[in-house]
Amino acid sequence: MKTLAYVLSALAVFGLAFWAYRENYTTQQVLKETRSLQRQIGLAQVRLGVLRAEWAYLNRPDRLRELAELNFDSLGLLPLRPNQFGRVDEVAYPQAPLLPITNGVDVSTMASAGHTP
Amino acid sequence: MIRIPLRPLARILTARAKGENPDVIEKENLRQRHAEIQGHSRQRSEGRLLVLGVFFLCAYAVIGIRMGMMATSEPTEPVAIASGSAIAAQRADIVDREGRILATNFETHSLYAHPQQLIDAVASAAALVKIFPGLDHERLIKDFTGKRKFVWIKKKISPEQKQAVHDIGEPGLLFGPREMRLYPNGSLAAHVLGGASFGKEDVDAAEVIGVAGVERQFDSYLRDPANGAKPLQLSLDLTIQAAAERVLYGGMRLMNAKGATSILMDVHTGEVISVVSLPDFDPNQRPRPPVSGDPSDSPLFNRAVQGVYELGSTFKIFAVAQAMDLGLVNPDTIVDIRGPLRWGRFSIRDFHNYGNTMSVERIIVKSSNIGTARLAQQIGAERQRDFLSRLGMLEPTPFEISEASSGRPLLPSNWSELSAMTISYGHGLSTSPMHLAAGYATIANGGSYISPTILKQSGPQHGPRVMSAEAAAAARRMLRLVVTEGTASFGEVPGYQVGGKTGTADKPKPTGGYYDKKVIATFASMFPAHDPKYVLVVTLDEPSIIAYGEERRTAGWTAVPVAAEMITRIAPLLGLRPQVEPVPLTGITLTSN
Repeated sequence: MKTLAYVLSALAVFGLAFWAYRENYTTQQVLKETRSLQRQIGLAQVRLGVLRAEWAYLNRPDRLRELAELNFDSLGLLPLRPNQFGRVDEVAYPQAPLLPITNGVDVSTMASAGHTP
Repeated sequence: MIRIPLRPLARILTARAKGENPDVIEKENLRQRHAEIQGHSRQRSEGRLLVLGVFFLCAYAVIGIRMGMMATSEPTEPVAIASGSAIAAQRADIVDREGRILATNFETHSLYAHPQQLIDAVASAAALVKIFPGLDHERLIKDFTGKRKFVWIKKKISPEQKQAVHDIGEPGLLFGPREMRLYPNGSLAAHVLGGASFGKEDVDAAEVIGVAGVERQFDSYLRDPANGAKPLQLSLDLTIQAAAERVLYGGMRLMNAKGATSILMDVHTGEVISVVSLPDFDPNQRPRPPVSGDPSDSPLFNRAVQGVYELGSTFKIFAVAQAMDLGLVNPDTIVDIRGPLRWGRFSIRDFHNYGNTMSVERIIVKSSNIGTARLAQQIGAERQRDFLSRLGMLEPTPFEISEASSGRPLLPSNWSELSAMTISYGHGLSTSPMHLAAGYATIANGGSYISPTILKQSGPQHGPRVMSAEAAAAARRMLRLVVTEGTASFGEVPGYQVGGKTGTADKPKPTGGYYDKKVIATFASMFPAHDPKYVLVVTLDEPSIIAYGEERRTAGWTAVPVAAEMITRIAPLLGLRPQVEPVPLTGITLTSN
């Protein structure tokens, strides 16, 4: 009985040591991955910052105004003026669709019928 | 184990037979046995000592090796958990009220040289001058061939320039990472943003510090890594700022002015939606401050907060509002305006002769100096000073850019009755346009003081009450009349009910006295006048135009049309739709009993 307990505890020590060994290496692996991911995130943020700066630079009001003036023929953009505001009641209702004709008169046959003596 | 008996019978018997003492044999055997036991125990303890010794040796060896490893390896912090949010080492961005970028960071490189590592110093100097035409060739050669071990060549270089320097193939030319501040919109809102430069510098990094504007005012906030790169949100609106700058620039050129400023402010929150000061500069290449001459000629001069001038008749409405608030007069009270009004050796005149008497309302509409001086006499110097101090006119504005604190109003040293009279029509007290905008915002929002702010607010301000709501409403009606039938008739914008007051003040000479032909023309306005949402102050520095065959400098001819054009452009962008002005209800007339 005592021997069995010794053997079992020795096996348990082996098992735990193996588990701790594996956990240690898994943790190190995860930490390494995290570091690499964070480096990638950092690089992505730098790239994002550059893109945002470039977006802001390309959308600067001076440039947009120049582009609007250059492309006036196709776009026809002008600065917003007060007289461009409209009211909802200035918009016409859409025309009601024509009612379906149920008792149609065939004009062409009438005409031909009238001509035949 | 075979135990040897202590008294072996055979030997005893033999010894007895020989007549010897058998005890000797016993002693001898005992001695042998003891020696044997001793030998055993000695061996055991020696073994134990050996084991212990080996154990200690191993332990010390482990400790020694570990110490040696720690001493020779790179120090690393033990990592228990993966860190969550990274600490942002960058300076925070500045964005406008809609989140559009006004200032951001950009990674670039600096260029430096180790002359001792240069292969061909003269050729590399020539190649560098070809890439950077601004460099001094002679000096570069002197630096490269002299005793120096380290030479800065350029603080900021572009990726193309970096590639070009790489292509020289010189091992002594080295690059360091640099983070530079970028203002993608160029000169837009330059005076608000200010600019940034490098502080402490090293090869690997440099400190970016704000040198003016919000960059300097909020420097510690922008640099604080604990903010996690949360941007600083201003109350400015990029689109409106761009439109205002364009209109004001056009107006400044048309009116032949040498400078101009405009302030657009929300009357409820105190947010400054747009603030322009012309001429301006590009904060990406901030010019050096002037060392000689008039500081107001430099593009760095922020007229909106630093341009402390007498703003003329725009101040009249404060005297009238106070007189109405104190219950001294009402809009229909008749005031004696016979002139010139003499006070000691000083006399006050009007621009035109307006007759003998006038109602308070007409005094504002016609802009009578004598009329407001009479009201100031009734108010008294003490009460006027107190009122203006509650309007914030006697202290620098709390506007959050670093230049604002230098815009300290110029007060008369002795606030006499004569000072009170001249201050009532805007002479004798010099303030910045920002002070004026805050004062008009107080009238516009119903009498509570509003402090102008550059930061986006979440709700209206509830400042201390300066005047009653009735007095403010009466003052607003008068300001509306100034536009519909008074001096600011060019300020009418159909659909937006502009109300405002013009002011034309002679510029003071630096040597004392006033220029004859140089004026500051101001138009302080609010719109829509029946329920004001925004205050707009436009000031032109030394405007002068020829209209109807005459040279004209007054604000009604110069600042007012510019302000009207600005309102036409800006009000739709602010989301205000043109509306029909509500007409005051017709009073009930008693026709018969």
